[in-house]
Amino acid sequence: MPAPIRLRELIRTIRTARTQAEEREMIQKECAAIRSSFREEDNTYRCRNVAKLLYMHMLGYPAHFGQLECLKLIASQKFTDKRIGYLGAMLLLDERQDVHLLMTNCIKNDLNHSTQYVQGLALCTLGCMGSSEMCRDLAGEVEKLLKTSNSYLRKKAALCAVHVIRKVPELMEMFLPATKNLLNEKNHGVLHTSVVLLTEMCERSPDMLAHFRKVGLVPQLVRILKNLIMSGYSPEHDVSGISDPFLQVRILRLLRILGRNDDDSSEAMNDILAQVATNTETSKNVGNAILYETVLTIMDIKSESGLRVLAINILGRFLLNNDKNIRYVALTSLLKTVQTDHNAVQRHRSTIVDCLKDLDVSIKRRAMELSFALVNGNNVRGMMKELLYFLDSCEPEFKADCASGIFLAAEKYAPSKRWHVDTIMRVLTTAGSYVRDDAVPNLIQLITNSVEMHAYTVQRLYKAILGDYSQQPLVQVASWCIGEYGDLLVSGQCEEEEPIQVTEDEVLDILESVLISNMSASVTRGYALTAIMKLSTRFTCTVNRIKKVVSIYGSSIDVELQQRAVEYNALFKKYDHMRPALLERMPVMEKITTNGPTEIVQTNGETEPAVLETKPPPSGLQPASQANDLLDLLGGSDITPVIPTAPTSKPASAGGELLDLLGDLNLTGSPVSAPAPQVAQPPFLLDGLSSQPLFNDIAAGIPSITAYNKNGLKIDFTFERSNTNPSVTVITIQASNSTELEMTDFVFQAAVPKTFQLQLLSPSSSVIPAFNSGTITQVIKVLNPQKQQLRMRIKLTYNHKGSAMQDLAEVNNFPPQSWQ
Amino acid sequence: MQFMLLFSRQGKLRLQKWYVPLSDKEKKKITRELVQTVLARKPKMCSFLEWRDLKIVYKRLYASLYFCCAIEDQDNELITLEIIHRYVELLDKYFGSVCELDIIFNFEKAYFILDEFLLGGEVQETSKKNVLKAIEQADLLQEVSQFNFSGQSTGMV
Repeated sequence: MPAPIRLRELIRTIRTARTQAEEREMIQKECAAIRSSFREEDNTYRCRNVAKLLYMHMLGYPAHFGQLECLKLIASQKFTDKRIGYLGAMLLLDERQDVHLLMTNCIKNDLNHSTQYVQGLALCTLGCMGSSEMCRDLAGEVEKLLKTSNSYLRKKAALCAVHVIRKVPELMEMFLPATKNLLNEKNHGVLHTSVVLLTEMCERSPDMLAHFRKVGLVPQLVRILKNLIMSGYSPEHDVSGISDPFLQVRILRLLRILGRNDDDSSEAMNDILAQVATNTETSKNVGNAILYETVLTIMDIKSESGLRVLAINILGRFLLNNDKNIRYVALTSLLKTVQTDHNAVQRHRSTIVDCLKDLDVSIKRRAMELSFALVNGNNVRGMMKELLYFLDSCEPEFKADCASGIFLAAEKYAPSKRWHVDTIMRVLTTAGSYVRDDAVPNLIQLITNSVEMHAYTVQRLYKAILGDYSQQPLVQVASWCIGEYGDLLVSGQCEEEEPIQVTEDEVLDILESVLISNMSASVTRGYALTAIMKLSTRFTCTVNRIKKVVSIYGSSIDVELQQRAVEYNALFKKYDHMRPALLERMPVMEKITTNGPTEIVQTNGETEPAVLETKPPPSGLQPASQANDLLDLLGGSDITPVIPTAPTSKPASAGGELLDLLGDLNLTGSPVSAPAPQVAQPPFLLDGLSSQPLFNDIAAGIPSITAYNKNGLKIDFTFERSNTNPSVTVITIQASNSTELEMTDFVFQAAVPKTFQLQLLSPSSSVIPAFNSGTITQVIKVLNPQKQQLRMRIKLTYNHKGSAMQDLAEVNNFPPQSWQ
Repeated sequence: MQFMLLFSRQGKLRLQKWYVPLSDKEKKKITRELVQTVLARKPKMCSFLEWRDLKIVYKRLYASLYFCCAIEDQDNELITLEIIHRYVELLDKYFGSVCELDIIFNFEKAYFILDEFLLGGEVQETSKKNVLKAIEQADLLQEVSQFNFSGQSTGMV
């Protein structure tokens, strides 16, 4: 059998392969040869073969059949064998392999070998990939070597101990005695690795930390650091004029841990930190690496304010450095400290803003985040200008975050409403397609609440989409505004700027274009259609045109549009007298948390994105808060708003009634026809119920209750259960008035927990005559699939004796037969 | 440090040192992804990037070789650059003006040198001289051990 080819020869050969297939062939051939060689248990060439195997492994080919061979090499007495064997073990074996444990004995022997280089190999391998079991078995040996006077071994033992501690933290204690003298060494290798070991121990154990603080580790480290800085040129450890930067950095890091939350330690290191911060050479990366670590330490310990300012100024100088790595590191650090040392960081604001123009993407991102953190009431105008400019020119991956950030900052610090609206406009027009979906309802709310800016806003939005209606969020907001404030638009009422001349037809033109356009998303079309509909009450000349548009979409393929169009058509036809009231101007919306989910609340004929608050914990809500009351039914559970099937009258309210079920519709009360369930209504909750009574005549069987009785208003509930659907309960309410004056504009609303569904049918009338001479009846259908206990909160509004009355109540006395 | 990779402009691995236990499959996946990410970086970009939950420090040398280290959150990026620099100096001193081919043909030596400089992901020796001295001595030991009793070289590797 000829001698296996040498490693370098194999490498040369494989590199001549011109294709992957050729290479694979060579590899396979060689592997076969190696395998047979292994089988022959050839000691002489095992080393060579394993080395070749390691090369092929690096190329990506399997080499697991060499694992055992590595063990044999490690066990060999030849240094060459051991060297390759241990290398192979580190490359091919890991803790998952069972073979791994077979190494333990070999390593143990080699840790006690007469040759330090063999011991070194063993320590290196153990410290690199020793499993927990191996570490447990061999910790004692490592500890022994930690106390040796041989610095070559001592330094390796220290790092090996670090690995042992990481793998088996309980063993930390046993290394404590050996640490006593570690820092007395002159050898930098030992010093460095000892500092690493001490760092590991202090980080992991508060007891260790306390111990080392007590035994004076801080002054010892300060001394060593001082010597490094003060001592003259030492060629052995010099890097660009700095003495052993690696050791300096590790000492600074250990000092950080010791000084954290500890006044005494922090004070003891104050001077040296100041010294390093001011005296370190900054022309090369090496010096800056030390400064960087110093800054991190200063910011993390209990340093005095002067030192902190010094640290931030160093970071500020870093920002001006030509080296982008330094700028990157500075921005990262500033981002960490901006909360705690806000004012100091503010001083570097202009430099940070300049970094927005950097070429590196990571730097730009950090600069953007930092910029947003620095915006406040004083600098908002200037900062926004920069950020808007950034938004124009930055990469697409930033635009969404930047837009969201600008909206947030604008909301917090807007100096004026006009500025706020302008800023929103600017974002919508420049980054319109990147704006997040949840921004649209927030913006609409903002615009609604800036009452005096309505004319200006709608004019600007109109102009914005005239040229280009492809950016969906922009078009949505614009459509909504035009729908709401179109009357202001055509009447040319703008105060803030030159009013434009727009005709009703022109406005409808643009909205229709949006409807037709291929670029418009379904949601956007919905906005546009609703806007057109709203204009039917605001425009005077073009109602017929609107009617036509609406009727066309009654047969749209898009179900959402079709539904709306059908409803609007119904408004025109059957409920035309209600149209003005239904489509009235939206009131000022109550301020809500921006984190709330947005939901489309389907109110009759008007589909609006309304903002529903996620239920905050009950303690946060006062029962008096009107808008939230109805939804705060059962202390923390989300509920669905009730969807009435026909408008009922209710008194006008000033504001904050958005979350009312009907979205604040001010309707003229007029008697509606007798309750006719399911007539011309979109399919609602209780499908399948026809108008025939399918109910048991066991009405007598379920007792009725008085749900409410106050101030002369009494509301009784009577119950019926459905034959066909056991989850359905039908409640008929009867409202009577025992006072001497009638109650008008009576509106009954109800809300139930989320597991229920509710349908309110039209009431018999909106007037309750006095002296109990008549009642209003109304039917409620409750779907209770989970057969939960029925609870309800009701809201009553009416006019009485010339004043508007309103009350909320909870109904808890439902008889079990009504829901079980 | 969690791991160090050396790879060429074509994405070929020249050295891989792992200081965390991972399966071969995982290592291959990480290597593939990271190599792709680093190779995609433009020259004007800085030497640091975030990747998964690690910080990556890389340096491109000799126009064709990338040195890439994955460090943890609390590690100092700038000093890691110095670590890379020091390792290159060591290789340079050992091979005498090192180039990529040296590392390819003598990969096992590159590993030996690395293992005298770092241990368990941390720097074990800050003196260039000491690292090189140790390697020299070990090489000598290797030479010696290659001779059997009759004085004939069994020719190492």
